[in-house]
Amino acid sequence: MPQYAALIYESGDPDWSVLDTPEKQATMAEYGAFGAAASAVMRGGAALYPTSTGTTVQLEGGKGGKVVTSDGPFAETSEVLTGFYQFECADLDEAIAWAARIPAAWSGKVEVRPIIDFGADAS
Amino acid sequence: MILVPTPPEATSATAGRATLVRLVRDEGSRVLATLVRTTGSLELAEDAVQDAAVKALESWQCNGVPPEPRAWLTVVARNRALDLVRRESRRADKEAAAEALLDPTVPLPAPEVVDDDLLRLIFTCCHPTLGVEAQTALALRTLCGLTTAEVARALLVPEATMAKRLTRARRKIAVAKIPYRVPTVDELPDRLISVLATVYLLFNEGYNASVGDDLIRSDLTAEAIRLSRFLYDLLPHEPGTSGLLALLLLQESRHGARLDDCGDIVLLADQDRTKWDRAAIWEGMCLLGVALRRTPTRPDLYATQAAIAACHVLSPTWGETNWEAVLSWYDVLLAINDTPAVRLNRAVAVAEVHGPQAGLHALEAVGSLGDASRVEAVRGDLLFQAGKLPEAATAYRAALARPGNRARHRYIEKRIADCVARC
Repeated sequence: MPQYAALIYESGDPDWSVLDTPEKQATMAEYGAFGAAASAVMRGGAALYPTSTGTTVQLEGGKGGKVVTSDGPFAETSEVLTGFYQFECADLDEAIAWAARIPAAWSGKVEVRPIIDFGADAS
Repeated sequence: MILVPTPPEATSATAGRATLVRLVRDEGSRVLATLVRTTGSLELAEDAVQDAAVKALESWQCNGVPPEPRAWLTVVARNRALDLVRRESRRADKEAAAEALLDPTVPLPAPEVVDDDLLRLIFTCCHPTLGVEAQTALALRTLCGLTTAEVARALLVPEATMAKRLTRARRKIAVAKIPYRVPTVDELPDRLISVLATVYLLFNEGYNASVGDDLIRSDLTAEAIRLSRFLYDLLPHEPGTSGLLALLLLQESRHGARLDDCGDIVLLADQDRTKWDRAAIWEGMCLLGVALRRTPTRPDLYATQAAIAACHVLSPTWGETNWEAVLSWYDVLLAINDTPAVRLNRAVAVAEVHGPQAGLHALEAVGSLGDASRVEAVRGDLLFQAGKLPEAATAYRAALARPGNRARHRYIEKRIADCVARC
């Protein structure tokens, strides 16, 4: 069965490691319920610290070049990647139905992308 | 039961080329739908059916149409699909499975199975996760059986761009696994809306070409009506399918009278009503009755528009048009689908019932329309009717300044000349 990544984008670079408001706590409870409901199709996932804790890595001059790092995300955008899930579903309709139940889809956006299976025909 | 005029007999060896192409496309899309199911690959199935269609045209033109054209196409397309699978060594692991699926001893599918396959394919090609441009391209290429070059011409896009667009759409269907199935009863209403909207868009692009030299592109309207007929045949109990087919037939019935010999637009008021297609009107009216009976409490979007078209086609002359009826149907339409385009057309009806000043007042509430040239053209018409010729000329010039169809621009130029002559 095909696998899908559900990439979660939110505005305002939220920090989900600190549940300092009742709203965040309520949302986290929703994530807990979602995780339980989706356990049959869930193949992985993670929540990410805010982009302010991120580091962008590049090699100047390509392979073997000098490692150059910069503070923060690769691109300044209003919506940032804050986490992802990996689902295994029968088809895109089913993947979309699960993605629509991710709490972030209510306020942010979830992008559903098929995952390449290098073991099979990748066309 | 709707009586449909039977198409010209297409089984004689002397059948014209156009009739043959039509037959090959018709049967080809059904053969394709089944082959998509058996091979699991839209791309493979399309390549195979395209090849079979070319062979059919060659052979049938010389030797006459075989007694069972669909069976002929199915066998040739299956063999071609098998060749293609064998040629692709990368898919060696899949070969055994594919060969089993394409086993020539498997009997040809029953007509009901083919209908289901076609319906599945329609819902795949008009899946809401595909962009509108991808949906219209796939509708013409995959469902109507046009070649990529023909689709590119029909949608006024360079062939290379169209080829890329189709490849991208097929790839998304394949790798993201857009399902090949008829939606469940719960999903059907929403999903059908997406399919009907795609067909309606195709028709409109042909009926009122937004760009290019011709105001009407009959190739597109004909394909849209064909798809709409498919949908009505396959889902006769859904109100939207009868409503849409009624609307398209009633609109298309005026086709022969909409342009003059120079290709210039003829207003509804000035059209020669004897040129309207009586058979299309009759069939459209029957279907409209069916559609309205299916939705007694809340009329279907397309049936409502068809009712407006019916008010026009049933009137023997422009002067006898029942504008009160037209306006009240526009009020219904506004309640179910409030868009700038509906408000614009309603403003025209308001002007007919209550005078141009009231029409101009209604025009103020139109909002922004994608085709801004049309709003200004209607404003020009209403000001012209109100006798405000300098203001009318100004509005017409504003319409000309915006991009629009060339045939309509020629009409506006004539009206400006009228304004100037009478000032």
